[in-house]
Amino acid sequence: MESLSNRKKVLEQKPMTFMERMYLPAIFQGLSITIKHFFRKKPTIQYPEQKREFSQNFRGIHSLKRDEDGRERCTACGLCALSCPAEAITMTAAERKPGEEGLYREEKYAAVYEINMLRCIFCGFCEEACPKEAIYLDGDIAPANFERDTFIYGKDRLLEPIHNKVQNS
Amino acid sequence: MEAIVIEKIILITVILLLSLVIAMYMTLAERKFAGFLQDRLGPNRTGPFGILQPLADGVKLFTKEEIIPANANKMLFILGPSLAMFTACIGSAVIPWGHDLVIGGRTIPLQVADINVGVLYIFGVVSLGVYGVMIGGWASNNKYSLLGAIRAASQNISYEIAMGLSIIALLMVTGTLSMRGIAVGQAGNLYGWGPSGMAWNVFYQPLGFLIYLICMFAEANRTPFDLPECESELVAGYHTEHSSMKLGFYLFAEYINMFIASAVVATLYFGGYNFPGQDAIVGSVSPFLYTLIGVAALFLKISFFLFFFIWIRWTIPRFRYDQLMKLGWNILIPLSIANIVITGIVMFMAGKV
Repeated sequence: MESLSNRKKVLEQKPMTFMERMYLPAIFQGLSITIKHFFRKKPTIQYPEQKREFSQNFRGIHSLKRDEDGRERCTACGLCALSCPAEAITMTAAERKPGEEGLYREEKYAAVYEINMLRCIFCGFCEEACPKEAIYLDGDIAPANFERDTFIYGKDRLLEPIHNKVQNS
Repeated sequence: MEAIVIEKIILITVILLLSLVIAMYMTLAERKFAGFLQDRLGPNRTGPFGILQPLADGVKLFTKEEIIPANANKMLFILGPSLAMFTACIGSAVIPWGHDLVIGGRTIPLQVADINVGVLYIFGVVSLGVYGVMIGGWASNNKYSLLGAIRAASQNISYEIAMGLSIIALLMVTGTLSMRGIAVGQAGNLYGWGPSGMAWNVFYQPLGFLIYLICMFAEANRTPFDLPECESELVAGYHTEHSSMKLGFYLFAEYINMFIASAVVATLYFGGYNFPGQDAIVGSVSPFLYTLIGVAALFLKISFFLFFFIWIRWTIPRFRYDQLMKLGWNILIPLSIANIVITGIVMFMAGKV
């Protein structure tokens, strides 16, 4: 019967030749292919010692930034916590006392700032929401651990260390 | 009388330890080479290049919980792996490991027992090996184990015939059943020219060698003939229910079997401890060194075959069961009978009979 599209092709299966039926040439072909792979350079990256370079827009662990005078930028406005789709961020605000001007940039600062790394999905919305440019996801991959408590990162682990320049002055 | 007992005991201990160590490191080599062939690195975290991996595996296997199924036949369940290990270890008794060693005027043959039916002994031990698999598989009272055991038994019986027939053609050429005799017979030069120590039987029996090689893979239960333990159909085959060191013994026995099979094929077809140009240096180097080079040559050949086992394993996929039987009965057996006839005709024409 004539097919509608006229594009039908009848597949012809030829019987195997004697060489093909002998099976051995195919085995030698296979052996030569595998031995080529034996000497090929391995693409493995040996992870803990050797790390793959992160891409430009990689989002890792958060860090709380300081300004050029070494003061904390965060003003505990709560926009990051509000924008967080995973509800990973909590904070407690406190008022800056006189004499603490070198520590905090604004009158209000975050006394407690915690991110639960098990909840965090590293979407980067907090970074986008922050009006003070105080939080960036520029760190490494969150390391594994055995205890759940250790995944709640406080200010001790999030806050950027004070610049050397500031420490000297 | 005393001295011969001591030297035999030392020789047996050395060979046994050697085959155990080689089997141990074959597990690492297998994984390492498997990695290389698949563009990976293989285990490399335990010590430099992962050389402590076999020890770690051994510790793991020894410290694992030993489970004997409630409805298993306890005695046979334990006998299975023990028998597999035992038969794997006794195969090395008739293999000549080198020229006679001369120490302090004493001539020590580097062979545990030079029995005049050495080839038959090897065959007997190899066919005993399947009992370990069969008993262990049957005793575990598990469908899959039983299926694996049945497969192992039928596969070994099928391929033993072709193996034996391919050996008959070899025996027609060598004229002896003694392993030592076969090794000595390959010391000459090839077809009357070239260096000495090259009269390897593989050049006189290429077809027989090919058949023997295929049957060797089947007897050792290695890919592409590892149907008794094919995990996609039978979970793990005959050792599904075995745990801890009983499983370790099965795996270990497989690697020792590979080592023995490589040693046998190197002795039967690849000149054993003979190396090219050995007559030229026999007088110029000390007898001890001469023996040592011979042993090194044998181990070089063995390690090539061990590598070949691994190479084949990661190249060729497993046969289907009917293909396996068809290959054994319809192709290899007629081919080996034809090989016997051709060998006879050629020997008659060449005036060797």
